[in-house]
Amino acid sequence: MAKLVTDVVCPFCGTLCDDLEVGVSDDGTKILEVYNACAIGAEKFLHSQAKDRVTRPRMKQEDGSWKEISYDEAVEYTATTLAAARKPLMYGWSSTNCEAQAIGTEIGEMVGAVMDNTATVCHGTTLIAVQDVGVPSCTLGEILNRADRIVFWGCNPAHAHPRHMSRYSIFPRGFFTGKGAKGRKMVVVDPRVTDTAKTADIHLQVEQGRDYELLTALRVAFKGEWLPDTVAGIPKKTIYEVADIMKSGRFGIIFFGMGVTQSLSKNHNIDQAICVTRDLNEYTKWNIMPMRGHYNVTGSGEVWGWLHGFPFALDLSRGFARYNPGDTTSNDLLVRDEVDAVFVIGSDPGAHFPNSSVKKIWDLPSICIDPHLTPTTAVCKLHVPVAFVGVETGGCAYRMDNVPIECRKVVDPPEGMLTDLEFLERVTARVRELKGA
Amino acid sequence: MATVTLKPIKVPDLRLEADNIKPDAFAGKKAAEIADLHVYCGNSQYPLGEFFEVAGEGGATAAETEVVIDGDVSRVKYIGMKMTAGSVLVKGNADMYVGAWMEGGTITVNGDTDAFAGMGMTGGEINVLGNAGNYLGAAYRGDWRGMQGGVIRVAGDAGSDIGTFMRGGEIIVNGNVDVHVGTHQEGGTIIVKGDAKSKVGGQMVEGEIYVFGDIEVMMPGFQHIGDVDVAVDGVSGRFACYKGDMGERHPRRKGETIYGKLYLKY
Amino acid sequence: MAEYLIKNGFVYDPVLGIKGDRTDVAVKDGKMVETSALSNPAEIDASGMTVMAGAVDIHAHVAGPKVCVGRNFRPEDKLFRATPQAGIKRMEGGFSVPTVLRTGYDYARMGFGFVMEAAMPPLYARHVHEEIRDTPIIDEGALPVFGNNWFVLEYLKNKEIENTASYIAWLMRMTRGYGVKVVNPGGTEAWGWGLNCPTVNDPVPYFDVTPAQIVRGLIEANEYLGLPHCMHVHSNSLGEPGNYTVTLDTLKQAEGIAPRNEFGREQVLHHTHLQFHSYGGESYASKSFESKSKEVAEYVNSQDNITFDLGVVTLDETTTMTADGPFEHHLTELNHLKWVNTDVELETAAGVVPYIYSPKTFIAGAQWAIGIELGLFSKDPMRTFITTDHPNAGPFIRYPRVYKWLMSKAAREDMLDNVLKYGDSVRDRCYIGEIDREITLFELAQMTRAGPAKALGLANMFGSLKPGMEGDVAVYPYNPETSEDPEDIERAFSNARYLIKGGEIVVKDGQVVSNGNKRTFWVDCKVNENPQVERDIAEKFKRYYSVNLANYEVYAHHYVPNPYVIEVDATQ
Repeated sequence: MAKLVTDVVCPFCGTLCDDLEVGVSDDGTKILEVYNACAIGAEKFLHSQAKDRVTRPRMKQEDGSWKEISYDEAVEYTATTLAAARKPLMYGWSSTNCEAQAIGTEIGEMVGAVMDNTATVCHGTTLIAVQDVGVPSCTLGEILNRADRIVFWGCNPAHAHPRHMSRYSIFPRGFFTGKGAKGRKMVVVDPRVTDTAKTADIHLQVEQGRDYELLTALRVAFKGEWLPDTVAGIPKKTIYEVADIMKSGRFGIIFFGMGVTQSLSKNHNIDQAICVTRDLNEYTKWNIMPMRGHYNVTGSGEVWGWLHGFPFALDLSRGFARYNPGDTTSNDLLVRDEVDAVFVIGSDPGAHFPNSSVKKIWDLPSICIDPHLTPTTAVCKLHVPVAFVGVETGGCAYRMDNVPIECRKVVDPPEGMLTDLEFLERVTARVRELKGA
Repeated sequence: MATVTLKPIKVPDLRLEADNIKPDAFAGKKAAEIADLHVYCGNSQYPLGEFFEVAGEGGATAAETEVVIDGDVSRVKYIGMKMTAGSVLVKGNADMYVGAWMEGGTITVNGDTDAFAGMGMTGGEINVLGNAGNYLGAAYRGDWRGMQGGVIRVAGDAGSDIGTFMRGGEIIVNGNVDVHVGTHQEGGTIIVKGDAKSKVGGQMVEGEIYVFGDIEVMMPGFQHIGDVDVAVDGVSGRFACYKGDMGERHPRRKGETIYGKLYLKY
Repeated sequence: MAEYLIKNGFVYDPVLGIKGDRTDVAVKDGKMVETSALSNPAEIDASGMTVMAGAVDIHAHVAGPKVCVGRNFRPEDKLFRATPQAGIKRMEGGFSVPTVLRTGYDYARMGFGFVMEAAMPPLYARHVHEEIRDTPIIDEGALPVFGNNWFVLEYLKNKEIENTASYIAWLMRMTRGYGVKVVNPGGTEAWGWGLNCPTVNDPVPYFDVTPAQIVRGLIEANEYLGLPHCMHVHSNSLGEPGNYTVTLDTLKQAEGIAPRNEFGREQVLHHTHLQFHSYGGESYASKSFESKSKEVAEYVNSQDNITFDLGVVTLDETTTMTADGPFEHHLTELNHLKWVNTDVELETAAGVVPYIYSPKTFIAGAQWAIGIELGLFSKDPMRTFITTDHPNAGPFIRYPRVYKWLMSKAAREDMLDNVLKYGDSVRDRCYIGEIDREITLFELAQMTRAGPAKALGLANMFGSLKPGMEGDVAVYPYNPETSEDPEDIERAFSNARYLIKGGEIVVKDGQVVSNGNKRTFWVDCKVNENPQVERDIAEKFKRYYSVNLANYEVYAHHYVPNPYVIEVDATQ
C-alpha cells in the first residue's frame, strides 16, 4: 500500500499548480504515481527517479573525460574560482528556491558578481517595460472569480502552461463567473494558428514583428480615432470590433508570453500592451500578466528586489548594486568578454543562449549546479548534481502572479546528495574565509 | 585651456570603467595625480596610469580643461560621464556611456560609440564622427525624464531606441537609424537625415521628429495634417506633417491639445 | 551577555517621568536594569547627549510585495544612491524605497528598535515575512489587511462579530500577523470592478455592507479577541479635497466602545496618516483647498479612545504605495506616472505610483502644513505618533526633519518664507502660521516611543528605559542645554551616536557595527472552535481561491526563523 502526499506544488512552470497528489512507496524512497499534474509536471517528478542519475559532483579532465569528486572538492573549486574572479557571472536561479537565491546573493556580494536570471532571455523585457510604465495586474484567483474577457497575446498555454486555462483563466467557474467558459470571451493574438488560438472566439493573426503597431492601433481605436485600412495585417474593422469587445467587458485580462517579449520591439511590445490595459481602466476593469516560464524565475526577481532593488541583471562588482540591461545582462557580458568566470544554477543557458555566448562559457572557469545532465553541464568545468527542489526538498517559490507558495518535499534525495541550499551554504562559508569578510 | 593627453598603453582584458576620465576630475591636477585616479575592472581598482600614459595637466577648472584620448578606447566605459564643462576628444572608438548624464562641455569621438551615449543628458554637446550604438540619448531604465537638453550629432548611423523618453535637446543623425525612434518622447527634436525602419514616434506625447529619407512602416497612430516648408538643420524642404501618437495621452495648453509632430521629407 | 552603563546623558522617559535629567542608564543580559545590578559594565559616555529608549514606528511600508514592486520598478530611485558594503555591513541601495538592508540600517542609525509593517496582503504573507527576515537589526511585525476581505464582508453584513473574530484569529495565525489593518474599507473590493466607496455609507457592490459597518464591526471583533493592538484604519477617500467629513464619520464608529485587553492599551481605533484625511475644499486649487486639521484634531482631542499618526509630507520625490487600489489609479490619472496595481483574490488590492511633492506647488505645501498642524493641535502626545506613512508622504529617513518642524517654529517659518513657493497661500489656506507650539524632547519621546509602544500593546517591552524593558537605548549627539540651531535636531536624530538593541551594540560612533538579532512579532490568538467559520474557510478555498487551503499557512521555519509570539486567550 503506497502513501499519498497531497497538496503538492509542481516545480515546473510559473503556473505553480499546488493541487498535485503523489503516490510514494511505503519506505518513502520511490515516486510511484503523480495525479492531477499535466504531462510535463508529472514527468518532472518521475524523472527524479531515473536510474542513471548523476549523484556526485564531476570535474572535467584535460582529455575531456569526467572524474567523480567529493562535494568538499566541489565546494573548494567553486569558492576559489569565484573568489579569484574579478567579475564572475552568477546566472540562472529560476529553478531553485528563494532560500538558495538569498544565500547565493550573499556569495555574489562577497565576490562582486553579476547576478542574472533566466528573465534575461525571457521576461526581462517585461520587467523593463514595467519599469517604464508600471503594470496593472492581479492574482490568478481574481481571473477565476471575475474575468469575462481573456486575451492571450504571443503565448500558447495549451502547450507551455497546460493547466492554466482549466485552473484559472478559461474554464473554471468562480464567484462572479458561474457560467465558466460560456461567460468569457477569448481573444488570441498570434501569427501562428496554435492550439490555443483554435479554441478562441477571435484569433488575430498578427503579422510577425508588428505587435507594437497592432497594440498601438487598439489604443487609437479605444479613442475612436482614424486608423489605416489595415494594421499589422489586421483589417481596421476587426481592430475596432476587438476594441469594443475589450471595452465592454466587466473584468478583462491580457496574458502574454515570449511571442511578444522576445520578438521585434521586445520591451516596447509589453510597454504598449500595458498602456492598452491602462487605457481600458478608464472604461472598465482590466489587468495584464506575463506567463512566466520557470517555476521560480519570479522568486529570484523578488529576492533580488528586496536585497538590492533590481529584478535581474544586477552588477555587484563595485561593492554596490547597479543595473542596466544591455550592459549588465548575461549575453551582453559574455559576448563582450566582460566576465572571467561563470556559475550556473537552476537553468540551462547551454540550451537557451546563443552559440556565441555558450562558447565563452566553455572557455571560462565554470560551474553548473543542476540535478540533470544538460547542455550546460556538458560545457562547464564542474557539474554539481543536487536534490530536486519541489520533489526532494521544499522551499519557497513565486507563481507568475508573484504569489509565494511553499514547495513540498515528497521523497528523500539519493543518499548523500546535497540540496542547492546546503551546497551554497558551504560555498558561502568558504568564500567568507577566502575573502576574510 | 590646458590639455591632458591620455595615451592608451594597455588594453583591458575585461572592460574598464573610467568615469574619472572627464575634465571635472582632471581640473587642478598634475599628470601624476591624474594617473593616480581610480579606474575599475570588475571588482578590482587600478590607477588610471596602469592603462594610460598621462601627459600635460588639468586647467584650474573643468571649463579650462581639455582631455585628449590619443587612441582607441573601445573597451573603456563611462568616458565623460556627468561632465559639466570643458572638452573631451577621443581619437578612436569609445565603449558604452559616453557622456551619460552629461551636463555641459563638449565630447567628440572620432570613431564609433557603443550603446547609451548621452543617456539622461541635460546639457552639452556630443559629436560622434562614426556610428552610434543603441539607446543614444535615451533615458536611464525606469526614468520618465530622458534627455533634457544639449545636442548629440552623429555623422554615421545610429542604432535602435534613440531618444527614448526624450524631454528636450536635439539629436541629429546624418545616416540611418534602427527601430524605435523617440518612443515616449515628450519634448525635444530628433532629426534623421537617412532612413528609419519602423516604430517611429510610438507613444509620443509631444516634441518633433524629422525624417529626410523613408520610414519602412509608419505607426498607425499618426495622422497626416498637411504639408509645410521648413528649414531643418540647414536643409530647407517640403515636409509632410503628421500628428500623433493618437493612441497616447496628450496635454492641453491654452485650450489646445498638444501632439507630437512627425515630419517626413518629400 | 554584555553589560552597558550609559553615563551622564540627558535622559527622556515618559514612563518614568524623566524630563532631561542627567542620569545613568543600565543594560544587562538584553534588558534594562537598575544601575546597581551591573557588575562589570562597558561604559558609554553620553555627556552632552540625549538618551531615549529605542524608537517605535507604528506605521511604515517596509516589507512585502508592494514594497518590492516599488523597488523593482524604480531603478531610477537607486541611481547613484548606493552605499558600498563595509565590514559586516552589506550593500545598501535605494532612496524612497530602500532595500531591506538599507531599511534596517537606516532605522538603526535613527535609533529605532521596532517597526510595524502597515499592510500585509494575507495571500502574500510569505513574501512579507521573507523581507522582514532579511531586514537586519530591527524587530518587526506586520498587520494583515481585513477591510475588504470576503469573509469579513459577509460576516459583518450579518453583524456576526463572533464569526468575524474567529476568522481574524485564524488568519493571524495563518499569516503570522500582528493585528487588524483596514484600508479603504469596502472601496478596495469595489475596485475589483473599477469602482470605489467614497463615503462610509456607500454599500460595497454585491456584498451590500457599508464601510461604517465594516469599521465598527472590526473594532468590536478586535475587542472581542482582546488583541494587543487596536483596529488600525486608513479610511475612505484618502487624499480627496473635502474628505475630513468622511474621516470624522469613520472616527465616530469608535464612539461608545471601550478597550478590552490585557496589554495596557487604552484605545480601540488607530487612524493612520491622518494628514491625508484632513482636507477641506472641493479641489486642489489654492482658491478651494483648505486645511481641516483643527476640526479633526479637536474631535480626536475630545475622544479618549482614539490614537493617530501624522503622515507628514516631506516634500521629496517618493513612491506611493497602498492597499487603496482606487486611490493609486486616481493618482496615476493625475500625474501620468507609471502605475502598478495588484488585485488579490478575496482579500485586497494594492497600487504603487511614484509621486513628486514639489515645494513649488501649492498643494504639496498645504499637505506639508496639515501634517505638522495635526501634531501641534493634538493635546495628547501619548496618542499622537510621528510617521510619514513611509514612503507615501515621504521616506522614513526624513523623520528627524519632521521632528525639527514640530520642535521649531523658526524652522516652520523658514519653510513658509523660503522653501515653499506658495508659502503665503499655505498660510492663508492652512493653520500653520498661527501656531506657536514647539514640541519638547519629552513630548517627542512620547510621540516616538512610549505612545506607539502602548498603542501596539508593547508597553511592557518598548518605549521606556524602565528596568525589565527590552535593552533598546538610543544615544543622540544632541545637547538640549546648548543647542539652538533647529538643524541640530535633524542632524542628531538622523544618526544616533549609539544604538543598543536587545542589549547589543549595533550602532557605535554613528556606524552600524552589527546585523543584530532581529525578531518577528506575531499574535497567536486562541479562540473556541467555530465549525461554521471552519466550514466557510474550507468552502471558499475549494471554490474561489487559487491555492489550496493546506498551502496557505506560513508554517516553514525559514519564513519566521526568530519569532516572538504574543499569546492571547479569547476562549473565555
